[in-house]
Amino acid sequence: MKTRLMALLLVALLALTLAGCASDSPSPSPGNNNNNNNNNNQTPAAPPADEPITLRLEQFSGSGGNEDTLKEMLSKFNVIHPNITVELQTFGYDDYFTQLQTKVVGGNAADVFELNFENFVSYASEGVLLDIGGRIGDTSGFNQTALDAFNYQGRQYGVPNSFSNVVLIYNKDLFDRAGEAYPTSAWTWAEMLAAAKSIRALDSSIFGLYRPISFHEFYKGVRQNGGSLMTDDMRQFTVNLPQNAETLETMIGWVNDSNVMPNDAQMGGMGDWDLFVSGRLGMIVTGIWAFGHYTENCDFAWDIAVEPGNTGKATHFFSNAYVVNNETKHPEAAAALVAFLAGSREATSIRVAASWELPPVTYSDILDAYLAISPPANRSAVFESLNYLCTPPVVKQQSEMQDIIAKHLGNALSGSMSAQDALDACQQELEQKINLN
Amino acid sequence: MKRLKSKHSFISALPFLAPSLAGLILFSLIPILASLAISVTGWSGMSRVSLFNGFFAFVQTHFIGLTNYLDIFSDGEVWRVLSHNAYFIILYLPLMLLLSLLVASILHHKSRAAGKYRVMYYIPVLTSWVAGALIWKWLLSPEYGLVNNILAFFGVDGPLWLQSEVWAMPSIVLASVWKDMGFYGMILLAGLTGINPEYYDAADIDGANRWRKYTRVTLPMLSPILFYVIMLSLINAFQLFPQIMIMTKNGDAGPNGATMVMVERIYKYAFRYGRMGYAAAYSWILFIVIFSFTALQNILQKRWVHYDS
Repeated sequence: MKTRLMALLLVALLALTLAGCASDSPSPSPGNNNNNNNNNNQTPAAPPADEPITLRLEQFSGSGGNEDTLKEMLSKFNVIHPNITVELQTFGYDDYFTQLQTKVVGGNAADVFELNFENFVSYASEGVLLDIGGRIGDTSGFNQTALDAFNYQGRQYGVPNSFSNVVLIYNKDLFDRAGEAYPTSAWTWAEMLAAAKSIRALDSSIFGLYRPISFHEFYKGVRQNGGSLMTDDMRQFTVNLPQNAETLETMIGWVNDSNVMPNDAQMGGMGDWDLFVSGRLGMIVTGIWAFGHYTENCDFAWDIAVEPGNTGKATHFFSNAYVVNNETKHPEAAAALVAFLAGSREATSIRVAASWELPPVTYSDILDAYLAISPPANRSAVFESLNYLCTPPVVKQQSEMQDIIAKHLGNALSGSMSAQDALDACQQELEQKINLN
Repeated sequence: MKRLKSKHSFISALPFLAPSLAGLILFSLIPILASLAISVTGWSGMSRVSLFNGFFAFVQTHFIGLTNYLDIFSDGEVWRVLSHNAYFIILYLPLMLLLSLLVASILHHKSRAAGKYRVMYYIPVLTSWVAGALIWKWLLSPEYGLVNNILAFFGVDGPLWLQSEVWAMPSIVLASVWKDMGFYGMILLAGLTGINPEYYDAADIDGANRWRKYTRVTLPMLSPILFYVIMLSLINAFQLFPQIMIMTKNGDAGPNGATMVMVERIYKYAFRYGRMGYAAAYSWILFIVIFSFTALQNILQKRWVHYDS
């Protein structure tokens, strides 16, 4: 009898455990989320200004050195909103999106979290983000390209907190040794290749150029050559256009024909930045977020120029934005935090002082402060490049599309098929697998 | 076993089973059933869901029937992926069996160094896959790696290993065999020590040489253990995953997808491509494949496994 009683007790305990999991989630079912969005546009009950509020903020862009900068911004935020406590958690970029997905599915996402441009549409289209357009105040001070990037179907789901572009960074010492003139904004691929060749000729371990055959470099490369990967309305892929194939052939030629750019075996697992810092690379096309690292680690003179194109110019646009969880209990406070971190004079001037990418604002005093920092001496090339920003094709199946394109680029690079054949195969696989509706 | 047959004693046993039963239900049975439900939805895996609150309604709103399964088979990718799994197994299984038998035989000889060897062969088993895979990635680096440098010493121009479509999978096999042979060797060693020495004495009297003793006594007596090892390694081989994610560049499954395998696909679809329903369907297909192979082995074992009774 005793054992039976004990058995019943334990079974009851088990049932309780299961029930405990259940009672944890007073959520609306996912189907309701879109309705929530609409409701949230109506006037929410604004909390009294002195009510203590705790917000969770999770982000990745501050990892690797800039978390203290972010904390400094948050302390300024607390001066204005003493009642809001912000719990900051920082993740490395590699882990960030996996943990975010788990939290969103489990209904445990932070009140405010960060998304990059490439992942933004996936989340915006799932109805997990709050439309904060009406809650962030005056947005006229923002760079409009950056702000519009986080507008999905007419709703402002995110506010960019930083953005960056890509420039040509070159080793002045190697240019001097090779007797080549420094790059200018008038350069095209032809001048770049000529200089790269004479730098490559200096020594068998010295390379002229690094610009990987990757999805990002390719979509930009085809823009520099008058092509594109998708039609403007993003309804159709145009990966196998002849000018795209020509672009790919040229890029592959830098590796396989002139070998001004090292192939994978020659890199031997070394990072591209490390190759530049080691003084064995003449030119690298990379992001402006490299400035801090190069200033600290390069023991040679370097400068920047607007990236050379072929028939036209184009440069990358990268941006990270803060978004608000659709289920937050404090939409007003969360939106205030987002607006402050992204666009306030206080936060943006702290960002500039720390050389932490570019603030997405157009305040001239703050941008002047950015220009005053050297190296690189030709910092204005960063702003000149803004005239040529091109955004990548963005679809809901973003990562899948990028992996497919990268795979076919790899096939062309390995020489197992021609550039045109690889892009034809790529076009076919994309049409089959990527849903563009 | 007999005692458990009555209802009463099952109830008495329940309290002792409950802790592991709870774990089994919570972390295995419920997720398995949920994945079956998710496999008939078009859920992205990026929106809110609760198992205990409106799960049925969730499945209903995202329901797309057998579309995921049909898509998987009409796409054709799954055949290519399965062929990669098969290729891995064909290379891996014989090599692994041969080497772990060798390991077991070496350790079976009671030499003074046996203890040291045992540690040596077992260290890779204890090493985490991340560390092990990184070491192999370095060893197989085409220009600077140890393997190609040794080959170059003998005048052989080594392949590009992980960066070559042909050699990528064999590279993964090499690392896997290195990692696993200690483990399976240890199991086979237990089998070897369990063989009654009287059989060898009898064989000696009959005048059998070493080779005959090995093929006629050792292998048949070892067959139940060999069967266990093959079963286990086959299931593990189908679930091949960490070495591929770490050893191929950015986890992109090798040049031209040469090392795309089932679990790698499931992971990519679920956590990188935002297609959780598709990934769930993929994992059920993997389950059916593993299940049929295991069942087939169970049937075939009657032909070659000898149970000593």
